[in-house]
Amino acid sequence: MTAGTKTKIPSLSSDKEIDMKLSPILISMKTASLAIVITFFLGLITARWIVKIKSEKVKMLLDGILTLPMVLPPTVMGFFILFVFGVKRPLGKFLLEFFSVKIVFSWTATVIAAVIISFPLMYRAARGAFEQVDQNLIMAGRTLGMSEGKIFWRITLPLALPGVASGGVLAFARGLGEFGATAMIAGNIENVTRTLPLAIYAEVAAGNMDSAMNYVVVVMAISFVVIVLMNYFTLKGRKYLYKGKVK
Amino acid sequence: MSLKVSVKKRFKGFSLDVSFETNNEYLGSGKSMTLKCIAGIVTPDEGYIELNGRVLFDSEKKINLRPQDRNIGYLFQNYALFPNMNVEENIGAGLRLTSAEKKKKVSELVKSFHLQGLESKYPGQISGGQQQRVALARCIAYKPDVLLLDEPFSALDSHLKSQLQAEVLELLRLYEGEVLMVTHSMEEAYKFCKNLVIIESGSSALFGKTKEIFRKPGLVSAARLTGCKNISGCTISEDRIYANDWDFEIWTDSIPAGISSVGINSESFEIWDDPDKDLNVMECNIVDIIESINGYTVIFQNKNNINTANMYFDVKKEEWNNRKNKQELFLKIASDSLLLLK
Repeated sequence: MTAGTKTKIPSLSSDKEIDMKLSPILISMKTASLAIVITFFLGLITARWIVKIKSEKVKMLLDGILTLPMVLPPTVMGFFILFVFGVKRPLGKFLLEFFSVKIVFSWTATVIAAVIISFPLMYRAARGAFEQVDQNLIMAGRTLGMSEGKIFWRITLPLALPGVASGGVLAFARGLGEFGATAMIAGNIENVTRTLPLAIYAEVAAGNMDSAMNYVVVVMAISFVVIVLMNYFTLKGRKYLYKGKVK
Repeated sequence: MSLKVSVKKRFKGFSLDVSFETNNEYLGSGKSMTLKCIAGIVTPDEGYIELNGRVLFDSEKKINLRPQDRNIGYLFQNYALFPNMNVEENIGAGLRLTSAEKKKKVSELVKSFHLQGLESKYPGQISGGQQQRVALARCIAYKPDVLLLDEPFSALDSHLKSQLQAEVLELLRLYEGEVLMVTHSMEEAYKFCKNLVIIESGSSALFGKTKEIFRKPGLVSAARLTGCKNISGCTISEDRIYANDWDFEIWTDSIPAGISSVGINSESFEIWDDPDKDLNVMECNIVDIIESINGYTVIFQNKNNINTANMYFDVKKEEWNNRKNKQELFLKIASDSLLLLK
C-alpha cells in the first residue's frame, strides 16, 4: 500500500462504488502515532517536573502557560507556531539555511501541530495522577534507599498509570483529530500533509459527501479501537487492585 | 504549636543526639514528628541530628542528608507497602543486589518472617498482621543502622494486638541494630522498650530506663503518662507530706527536696480491715464502683472532707468481694508505694 493508492470500495451512503484515497489514513496514522509518543513522554517529564516545584506561585504560572494550547483556538496556536518556524523567522530561517529543513508545509509540521495541541491533555492528566499517589509510599521508597528515578519508575508511575493512560488516550484522540493548527502550518497538501480531518474537510468542500463519510467512519473506528485497547491495558496494569478485593 | 526536642544519649552501638525545633502545625505531642525528622521525611526548622557520629542534619552548617543516605529503617503507621508489588517484590524493593543474591536474601526473610506461601500475593490480599510482617521484613532487609517504629500496633484490631506484639518482639530479635519506637500506650512501652523518652506537648520531659521510670516517675507529667491516676499537690513538713487535694497527711521518711506533688498508683492501696487504725489509713467515702473484666475501680473520697478530689482504687474482684468490713472502707497508703514528684 503506498500513499496515493486508490481503492474501489462500496460507498456507505449509496450503492455506487467510489474512489477513496488511502494516503490521508496513512498520514494520519503516522502523524498521530509519532505525536502521541512525543506527547506522552514530554507530558510525563513536564508533569514530574511541575509536581516537584515547591513554590505554589511558580507552579500556577507554569501550569497556566502549559495549559494554554488547550484553551486557545487551534488557529491561534497555529499562528504562534508559524511565528516561530516561518521561513522568514529566525528559527525557521536558521533551520532552512543550515540544515535545509523547511518545517512549515511539511509532514513534520503536522506532527508539531498535533504534539502542541494534545500536550496539555497529557500533561494535566499525568500531573493529576502523580499528585494522587500517596506521599507515604514515596517516603517509604526513600527511606529504603531507592533512588528518585527508581521510585518514579517502580512506584509513582505504576500507581499513576490509570490516570496517565487515560491522558494518553485523550491526547491520542486529540492528535488524530487535530485540524486547525495543522491547516495553518502544514496546509492541506495531498499525499503530504492531508490528514483525515483535512481530507474530510476537502471532500466536503468539493461536495463529495460519500467519500467524506468513508473517512469519517475510518476516524471513528480508529478512535474507538484505541480507547478500548487503552482501557484494556489499564485494567491489566491495575490487576493488583482488583485482586486485592478477593479475600 | 512548636516542637522542641532535646535528646542526647549513647546507647550500646548507637548514639542518638537530637535537638530540634519545628513550628509546623500538627496533632499529637510530636512523637511521630520526631521519628520523621530523624528519618529525613520531615525537615526540622533548626537543629542537629547525629547518628553513630554521622551528622544527618545540621541547620547551622546546612547539612541535610537525603533519606536515601541516612540508612534508617522506618516502619510507617499504615505500613506503606507498595500496592503494585507483591510480597516478594516489596521485601526486595530496597535491595541493591544481583537478582540471584536478591532472591536468596528475600526467600530467607520470607522464611524467618513466616510469610511462606504469600510470596506472590499483593498487599491488598493479606491480613493486617501479615502486612506488618512484610513491612518489617522490608525494613530489616535493607540493614538500617536504626529502626524506627511509628505506633506499630495502632492500625490493628485490639484482639490481634497482644498476639502480634509477641510476634513482633520475637522478630525484632532478628534485627541487630537499635530500635526506636513511638507509642502512646504505656503497656507497649513497658513491653518493648528498655529506655524511654517521654515527650509531653512537644518537648522531651524525661529520659531514662523504662522500668525505673514506671517505678519512680519523678515528674508529674511522667507519672500521668505511666498511668498514675491519683496525683495531688502537696506541702512538706519534716516527716510527713500533706496532700492538698485529698486533705490527708501521709507519714514517710526521707523526703527529697523540691517535691511538689505526690502520686499513688490505683493498684497500690491496701484494704485495711484491722480495727486498730495505723498511720496513713484513710477512711473512704465511696462515690462509685465500676466493674471491669477482672476487677473493680472504686472511686472514693476522703470521708473526713467530702470536698476533696476523687481518688481511684483498682482492686481484683476476689479481694474486693472477700473483704471483711463491708460497711466501711479503710485504705492504707504504704509509704514505699508513694510516688514523690517534682
